[in-house]
Amino acid sequence: MIPLLEVRGIDKSFGPVKVLHKVEFAAYAGEVTALVGDNGAGKSTLVKCVGGIYPIDGGEILFDGNPVQVHGPRDAGELGIEIVYQDLALCDNLDIVQNMFLGRERKNGLLLDEDSMEELAAQTLSSLSVRTVKSIRQQVSSLSGGQRQTVAIAKAVLWNSKVVILDEPTAALGVAQTAQVLELVRRLADTGLAVVLISHNMNDVFAVSDRIAALYLGRMAAQVKTADVTHAQVVELITSGRSGDLGLKNGVTP
Amino acid sequence: MSKVKDLPGEAIVTATRSPSIGHSFVAYVERVRGGDMGALPAVLGLIVLCTVFAIARPAFVTSINFANLFTQGAAITLIAMGLVFVLLLGEIDLSAGFASGVCAAVLAVTLTSAGLPWYVCVLAAIATGVVIGTALGALVAKVGIPSFVVTLAAFLAFQGLVLVLVDEGTNISIRNSVIVAIANENLPPWLGWALYAFCVLVFAAVQLLRAAKRSRRGLTSDPMSLIAARVGALAVLAGLAVYVLNLERSRNPALVSLTGVPIVVPVILVLLVVWTLVLRRTAFGRHIYAVGGNTEAARRAGIPVDRIRISAFVICSSMAAVGGIVAASRASSVDPNTGGSSVLLYAVGAAVIGGTSLFGGKGRVLDAVLGGAVVAVIENGMGLMGYGASVKYLVTGSVLLLAAGVDALARKRAAAAGLR
Repeated sequence: MIPLLEVRGIDKSFGPVKVLHKVEFAAYAGEVTALVGDNGAGKSTLVKCVGGIYPIDGGEILFDGNPVQVHGPRDAGELGIEIVYQDLALCDNLDIVQNMFLGRERKNGLLLDEDSMEELAAQTLSSLSVRTVKSIRQQVSSLSGGQRQTVAIAKAVLWNSKVVILDEPTAALGVAQTAQVLELVRRLADTGLAVVLISHNMNDVFAVSDRIAALYLGRMAAQVKTADVTHAQVVELITSGRSGDLGLKNGVTP
Repeated sequence: MSKVKDLPGEAIVTATRSPSIGHSFVAYVERVRGGDMGALPAVLGLIVLCTVFAIARPAFVTSINFANLFTQGAAITLIAMGLVFVLLLGEIDLSAGFASGVCAAVLAVTLTSAGLPWYVCVLAAIATGVVIGTALGALVAKVGIPSFVVTLAAFLAFQGLVLVLVDEGTNISIRNSVIVAIANENLPPWLGWALYAFCVLVFAAVQLLRAAKRSRRGLTSDPMSLIAARVGALAVLAGLAVYVLNLERSRNPALVSLTGVPIVVPVILVLLVVWTLVLRRTAFGRHIYAVGGNTEAARRAGIPVDRIRISAFVICSSMAAVGGIVAASRASSVDPNTGGSSVLLYAVGAAVIGGTSLFGGKGRVLDAVLGGAVVAVIENGMGLMGYGASVKYLVTGSVLLLAAGVDALARKRAAAAGLR
C-alpha cells in the first residue's frame, strides 16, 4: 500500500540547532496515524514542514507516491493537506458557517452566497455526524471547547482535503469532550482520509490510532502498528527512543 | 464511544423549522444578558434623553428642532460611519476630525480659488481622504506603528495642514448653491414621501425574499411575524419622521416656506445602506470582522491582513471627507476650526455609544447613526436648556466614558458567561 503522505529523510535546522534528523514518516488513507513524542521532539516542526510553514533543508515530501514541493500553506491546501492547529484559528466574533468558509467564501457576483455556504456547512457537519451544536449560525464564542475543536476539524474537512493533521486536538478538553473529538477523528479516517493525530495522551492514541510514529529528539524512533505494541513500549520509545528491538540503536535511525 | 452522545446540556437539535417570534425574543434577551447588548444602550439612551428634554423644554419637540437634529448630527454621524471600520479592526483613528477639516479645506479652496465645478471639488476632497487613509493605513499596517500614535501625529499635522490650506486662519466662505444645499435645503414633501415609500417597500421586499429563499432551501428563516414587526416598526417610525419633517417649520410661512426632509437624510441613508451591504454581505466585510476578531486566524485563512487594514483606514478617511463636505455645507464656510475641537471625540463617541466595541470585531454601520443621534440630541438639548459649552463638553465626555464602560463591562460579562 502506498502511503498517501510520506516524508523521506527530512532535515530541518533553526540556525545551529538541528531539529529534525533524516525523519521518515508515512500516513495512509483511511487510517489514523498517531505522532507521539516528548516536548521538543520535533512533532510540531515536522507538521509545519509538511504544511509549508517552514521550508525543509533536505529530504523530500511525497504525496500519493509522487514527490511534491510545498512552499507555503496554500500549496499544502491545494494538495489537500489541512492542519488543525492547537490554538484553533477560529474567529470568536463570527458564526460557525462564517468560520468554516473564512478566506474561501462563496460568492454570488459581488455579494456572499450565504445560503449555499450554510447548506454546505450543514452537510459537512452532518456527514461527520456532528449533532451537538444548536444552530450553525451561532457565534463561535458561545461554543464549548469540544464544539470549537469540532468546528475547526469540520473546517479542515470541508475542502475535500485528503490529509488532515490535528495538533493536540484534545489537549484542552474535558473527558466527555475528548471522547467526542476522538470519535470524530475516527470517523474522519473511516471516510477515507489520512489522519495524523499529534498527541501526548497515550489513552487517546491507543483509542483511535492504527499506527504510531514516535519521535525522539528529532529522530523517528519507530513507526509501528498500534496493535503490535503495548502502552509501556510506546512510553519507552517516547522517553528513551528505544524499546527492546524497536527504536533507535545508539541514537541512530535503524 | 457512543456513550457520549446524549450528554445533558449539549442540546442536540437539528433546527430546520423556523423559530417563532417568541423564541426570537427569548434568544435576544439571552444575548443581552450574556453581554451582547447591541443597540440597546443607544436606543434606551435616546428615549431617556428625548423624554427628559421634551419635559424640560417643550421647544425640543417642535418640527424645526427635529429637522435641526439631523443637520446638527450629520457630519459627526458620517465621520463615525467611517470610524466603525477602523474600530472593527481594534484600531483607532484620532485624526478623522482634522482629516475632515483638511478635505473640507480642499473643497473650499478648489471651489473658490480654483473655481472648479462643484462635483470636481467634491471628488478632490474625497480623493484627499483616500490619500490620507492610504498613508495612515500603510504606516500602521506596513511599518507597524500603533494606530494611536500614527493618528495622534496626523491629528497635529492636519491642524497645521488646514491652516496652510486656508491661509493661516482666514475664513473661506462657500457660495456654490449645490454644496450649500446639502446641509441647508430640504427635499420637496412629495419626494420625502416617495422616498419613504420606496425605502419601506424595498426593506419589506428584501426581508420577504430572503425568508422565502431560505425556507425554500430548507434553512431556518425569520418567522413572518418577526418580519412584519420589523417592517411595521420601520414604517411607523420613518412615517412619523417624514410627517413631522414635512410640517411647515418656518417662523413666517407667508414669507418663506420651510418644509421637507433635509437633503442630508437621504445622503446618510444611502451611505448607511452601501456600507452595511459592504460589511455584511461581501467577502471584504467578512474579512474586516475576521481581522478584528482574530488577526492570526485571519492570516492563516489566507486573508491579506495588511491590505484589509489599509482599506479600513481609506474608508475611514474618505468618510471623514464626506463628513467634512457636509460640515462645510452646513456652515457655508471653512475655517481652521472645521473638523476641530470636539468633532473627533463626538464621532468616536457616536460609534461607541451606538454599540461598536473599542476592542474590535464587533460593530455595525447603523451604530454610528444611532450613536450620532444620541450625540446630536445631547448637543441640541443642552443648547436648548441654555447650558454653555462647558456643560456640553462635560456631559458628552461622561456619556462617552459611560458608553466605553458599558462596552468594557459587556465584554467582561461575555467572558464570564463563556462567550468570547
